[in-house]
Amino acid sequence: MKLELRGITKRFGTLLANDHIDVVVESGQIHCLLGENGAGKSTLMNVLYGLYEPSEGEILIDGKPVSFRGPGDAMAAGIGMVHQHFMLVPVFTVAENVALGAEPTKAAGFLNLDETRRRIREISDQYGFDVDPDALVEDLPVGVQQRVEIIKALVRNAKVLILDEPTAVLTPQETDELLDIMRQLKAGGTSIVFISHKLREVKEVSDTITVIRRGKVVGSAEPSASTTDLASMMVGRAVSLTLEKAPAKPQEKTFEVRDLTVIAHNGQHVVDGLSFDIARGEILAVAGVQGNGQTELTEAILGLQDRVSGSITLDGKELLGRSVKDVLKAGVGFVPEDRKVDGLVGTFSVAENLVLDLYDKPPYAKGISMSPARILENAKARIDEFDVRTPSAAAAAGTLSGGNQQKVVMARELSRPLRLFIASQPTRGVDVGSIEFLHRRIVAERDQGTPVMIISTELDEVMELADRIAVLYKGKLVGIVPAGTGRDVLGLMMAGIHPDEQAHPQPAASRPAPTSDAEGGDHV
Amino acid sequence: MSEQHPPKRPAGDEQGDTQPAKPHQPNLAAEETAAVVSVDTAGGAMGPSAVPASAQSGQLPGGPDTLLRKIFTGSGMVSVLAVFLALVIGGLLIASTDTRVASTASYFFARPTDFLTAVWNAATRSYIALFQGAVFNPRGNSVAAQFAPFMETLTIATPLITAGLGVALAFRAGLFNIGAQGQIIVAGILAAWVGFALHLPLGLHLLLVLVAGIVGGALWGGLVGVLKARTGAHEVILTIMFNYIALYFLRYLLNTPAFQRPGESNPISPILDPSAVYPQIFGSQYRLHLGFILAIGATVLVWWLLNRSTVGFEFRAVGANPKAAQTAGINVSRSTILVMAIAGGLAGMSGVAQVAGTEKVLTDGVAATYGFDAITVALLGRSTPWGTFAAGLLFGAFRAGAVQMQIQTGTPIDIVLVVQSLIVLFIAAPPLVRAVFGLNPRRKKPARAAKSTKAATTGGAA
Repeated sequence: MKLELRGITKRFGTLLANDHIDVVVESGQIHCLLGENGAGKSTLMNVLYGLYEPSEGEILIDGKPVSFRGPGDAMAAGIGMVHQHFMLVPVFTVAENVALGAEPTKAAGFLNLDETRRRIREISDQYGFDVDPDALVEDLPVGVQQRVEIIKALVRNAKVLILDEPTAVLTPQETDELLDIMRQLKAGGTSIVFISHKLREVKEVSDTITVIRRGKVVGSAEPSASTTDLASMMVGRAVSLTLEKAPAKPQEKTFEVRDLTVIAHNGQHVVDGLSFDIARGEILAVAGVQGNGQTELTEAILGLQDRVSGSITLDGKELLGRSVKDVLKAGVGFVPEDRKVDGLVGTFSVAENLVLDLYDKPPYAKGISMSPARILENAKARIDEFDVRTPSAAAAAGTLSGGNQQKVVMARELSRPLRLFIASQPTRGVDVGSIEFLHRRIVAERDQGTPVMIISTELDEVMELADRIAVLYKGKLVGIVPAGTGRDVLGLMMAGIHPDEQAHPQPAASRPAPTSDAEGGDHV
Repeated sequence: MSEQHPPKRPAGDEQGDTQPAKPHQPNLAAEETAAVVSVDTAGGAMGPSAVPASAQSGQLPGGPDTLLRKIFTGSGMVSVLAVFLALVIGGLLIASTDTRVASTASYFFARPTDFLTAVWNAATRSYIALFQGAVFNPRGNSVAAQFAPFMETLTIATPLITAGLGVALAFRAGLFNIGAQGQIIVAGILAAWVGFALHLPLGLHLLLVLVAGIVGGALWGGLVGVLKARTGAHEVILTIMFNYIALYFLRYLLNTPAFQRPGESNPISPILDPSAVYPQIFGSQYRLHLGFILAIGATVLVWWLLNRSTVGFEFRAVGANPKAAQTAGINVSRSTILVMAIAGGLAGMSGVAQVAGTEKVLTDGVAATYGFDAITVALLGRSTPWGTFAAGLLFGAFRAGAVQMQIQTGTPIDIVLVVQSLIVLFIAAPPLVRAVFGLNPRRKKPARAAKSTKAATTGGAA
């Protein structure tokens, strides 16, 4: 099946999300849509999947124009989509999830799942998915849940499969497995539209690459093109992808975490007996797949978690049990993982967001009276310093692009003297150009002698920034390894397997981690 | 009540009915279509995701509150259009009860112009009477009498403004305060008691009445804040129940000797001391009292509080994004308690305006429906201080003019309530108003898809 998007334009009010986009997906091809967050890739796919009606342009299947009034139409036409965030009912079995929306029934309307189970086994065997139709979805690892989503599409006879940022939630190993599955599907005649901004994966698996920037197709590339060229096309200017940083000069250890345990509302130990320290002038990167306790770890440090035990000391003073305000006052700078939820007030102006945790301190306030002039002054200085692209300091922060929003958060946190800097996912959803800038600022903060803790699920980022790497798995510390540890070793550690227990340990990880006392972790 | 609003989708017809739950919008869409999408995904009707909540970045916290926030703080244009639309429909209703319209309708096909003229006349006559009763009456004997309707409007607007400010302020902090009614009552009880039971020198007495009322309202509101902050109980349920408690407590009190006139058993309190009532600003010919000046002062104060003070900064931050506020070190519980107390204090000023301004006695009708109308006023005013002030004046005018309208044209007062209700209805459904006026961006059809003339005409205006 040949799929063609011709002149697709999508406007939201005055905003042009897609501007006359032409894409042709040939049968049995992996077609990659490469673009930064906010470039319009997902909007385009939502148009294709019938979730949005295009303002202009048309969709052709095998040369015939079609129009979709909803995902149902798109599915009937043979288009399947796997969303970035899965659309599964956790308490249903795989078969029930797959059947959902098109439930086969017996006489008198009774549910007939046998047929669905058979189809799942068939597809599972064909592609080596290893999915049990009767397993509960909530018990499955994320990688398998993703396969369930793919099965859902295949059961409905999808000829074109759209994968929207499918690797965001996967470990490096799971990612490799997914890429294999994609190749197999291709071999079986399914076309795949692969949406990503991760150049390595794109180069590995694509047949054709279409680069989208600011809602427009800016060109197409062969997978053999160099990473730098692809990145430049994506951003629209030359970018350097490697960070130049001097070796760390660690000084005394001022930040110590001992036996930190955080218990979630459901009684689960989401952070389990963590111990580590960070020296001044050093970056400790915490790696791990999403949802392995990173969020709770940072929240515990900041004082946002209720059931915490252990000890967190900064400059010899205990932080545990203190209010967020006190922790911030102790000199902790914090960039939360989700800037829109925790870092910014979207409806507030950029200027207000730049003082979100300083609003009641001089010179911004005297008593309870705030000084808008000082806040504006500060905003202008920070906007210049961090090169925040905003129409004005009074613009609502929510209207800025992801990269500029992140710059606002970073500028705020770095605008006061710090004793500890914690940045969670510092460049998630940030354009390549801004990543470069933000990374340099983080290293600069380290070089000023601040202990820095980076939490990132992007292995590339971890490897680039870290002086030491701590890997979390199910709330426990798998180990702390030096910078320069190989991707394979880190990948295994992210799956909970300590390098020492491997059959063939990598040379880079042969040295034991410095804080080996914390390693009595989860040796799966 | 508001929690029940169905999750309206702009131009829902574009969405297939086959989709049971709209998928999460990815980062991009959330950024680019914040306005449209957050309405789409609100209502909490989204399918559960298998990915842990912590992994779901780029998705604004949804739920009914998001929709509510949109309704309360949307564009002022929708307010203006909603009022206009409500007046048009109100006019049609007036016409439908008019005898002349009915008689011309019987030969509509013979001479439709008669019918249309009759409709136009019926509606305009009523609205002119409404205007004369609310703003300026050219038939007045003297200048004073000509302006009397306007003074009456301001008098009625006074409690609406201050109570509306209370609702608006709480809303800016993310709290849906339906408790203005109860707060007015408690304030009224305390203020009235100070007013008739204590006998103090001029000036001091009134000051104490005012303070008692504000403290009463602040306590009643603050208590809700404390319960919400400490126990997590929902403020909507709390305030509704507190309204009942206040009302029935008042009825009980009015049957006790302490609140009854000596020697009488009617549920009505003694008249407040002359030293305890608001002076009339423009003399005894108008009912307009000092409370209106205080309402202007309260508006200025709330504006300053919201826009120029650290306290207001905290309120707004907590209201717009409590998680970010908490992460920035703002004490959300403290803000909740404080804002409810201040909101209660503002509603308390309405209670004082009632007992020390217009009524001068305490009855169980002291709050009338001001506490509930205050919600509408705040809604119409988009929760901004001056917007609320203007909305309070408009509703005051409706109330004042309705009487004149009934006298002059026989149009029932209830029609004004219908218009008020229609305004709320339209404000609660911005897509409906935008659709009616062809302002809905999603109604824009590509030229080739102009299947119906309706789509073409509504799209043309956009």
